[in-house]
Amino acid sequence: MIYADNAATTRMSSTAMEAMLPYMREIFGNPSSLYGAGQKAAEALWSARERIAACIGALPQEIYFTSGGSEADNQAILSAAHSGERKGKKHVISTAFEHHAVLHTLQKLEKEGFTVELLPVHENGMVYPEQVAEAVREDTCLVTIMYANNEIGSVLPVAEIGAVCLERKVPFHTDAVQAVGHLPVHVKEQNIDLLSLSAHKFHGPKGIGALYARRGMALESLIAGGAQERGKRAGTENVAAVMGMAAALEETCREREKNQERLIRLRTRLIEGLSQIPHSILNGDADKRLPGNVNFCFEGIEGESLLLLLDDEGICASSGSACTSGSLAPSHVLLAIGRSHEIAHGSLRLSLDADNTEEEVEQILKIVPKAVERLRNISPLWKEKISGKLRFIL
Amino acid sequence: MALYSEKVMEHFRNPQNAGEIADADGVGVAGNSRCGDIMKIYLKIDGGVVADVKFETFGCGSAIASSSMATEMIKGKPLTEVLQLTNQAVAEVLDGLPPHKLHCSVLAEEAVKAAVKDYCDKNNMEYPQKEK
Repeated sequence: MIYADNAATTRMSSTAMEAMLPYMREIFGNPSSLYGAGQKAAEALWSARERIAACIGALPQEIYFTSGGSEADNQAILSAAHSGERKGKKHVISTAFEHHAVLHTLQKLEKEGFTVELLPVHENGMVYPEQVAEAVREDTCLVTIMYANNEIGSVLPVAEIGAVCLERKVPFHTDAVQAVGHLPVHVKEQNIDLLSLSAHKFHGPKGIGALYARRGMALESLIAGGAQERGKRAGTENVAAVMGMAAALEETCREREKNQERLIRLRTRLIEGLSQIPHSILNGDADKRLPGNVNFCFEGIEGESLLLLLDDEGICASSGSACTSGSLAPSHVLLAIGRSHEIAHGSLRLSLDADNTEEEVEQILKIVPKAVERLRNISPLWKEKISGKLRFIL
Repeated sequence: MALYSEKVMEHFRNPQNAGEIADADGVGVAGNSRCGDIMKIYLKIDGGVVADVKFETFGCGSAIASSSMATEMIKGKPLTEVLQLTNQAVAEVLDGLPPHKLHCSVLAEEAVKAAVKDYCDKNNMEYPQKEK
């Protein structure tokens, strides 16, 4: 099997798994318990908090463990918006191509009477700080913009956007789920007030993530109950998962630069190879993109059938086609960068990681063009374009 | 993939009757590129019977499988029988489709009927309306 869907999830590292094991049977105490076995777990939890904080340039008391990236996004956005509301500020700025964890939380706010402004995304998948500067108003209570896009991989200038927010005194949240472990992250240097991360995107376990909230940011609790996470997230901590997350993050951050160079080489080769397919286009910026992300649209075919053919050849990939999402509309990300519905249906995302090899990339380059051709051969749309009855879009 | 039945995957992997008939007696199209599914059915009619049928489909796995299955179901059948084809029948023979994919079988039925209607129109025949 060639696993090329690391943006969906990653294989857990053995480092992460080994880090978790002692906290299942040996040090299984409840961190809230007074006796030694509980306090040992509490100490481990604190050390994990310190290690995770160190990886992103934060303080340990600024890290709140959550069930994952979605919960962190929800909590960050709702907290910042509601504290703004108390000061009479109900304007939120975001972008049109955020993850649904952000977009659907913003829809919730709209129902509460907030005004949400989604900045348009450029064709290269970028949103620039000038756009943010222009959009900020007196009553803006939050800017929430992703660090790197999960589908098309474009990497946004978060430090510069953060600087605009700092100057205008507006809290800045970034959904960094795709960035942490894969790109340099330093919340202080990048002027980030709130940041979401998810362990399973960097070889940690699923179901665990964290919210970084700068000291002084008011957080509201989404889950009522005990006083865990300094009263901001009730529920007995998933100690083993937290330990796995800390170990995975330290490892990926330590090896990031070494892996990045190799990954970019593989990515470049994939992009070069797939560009040979006629009437195709790369989505997202060619350089300012996640090291392992490749996203293409192929005219005249539909993405889900392409994924099925690739699956038959042992390649795991994903698509922004409507058919894969269970909805009727194709990816909002591809529509946001200006792709038409028809073109957006024919998208393919390959997301590589340190585990992928050159041989796998060559194998992908052998199989994808054949699969595209096979589907084009039975596509009436393709035939009308080839015969000149319809115009090519790409 | 557990998303689809083995039957769907069989027809997706080895679609039957894929291609076009250059001198078709009737051609029908259903769907549009915006929604991500287009089906085109070509019919060759001989003595009121489907002598040959081909399809072309732009769409997902179940769209391709539904077209393939629909062409198999009408091949060699008299037009009166072809018009009895329903989307439920197509989905059933495929051992079911996921709920959000049922529209693929609807498109197959529509494309087949559009092709028969095209044949009727070209031959100044009355297109028999389905009796309820």
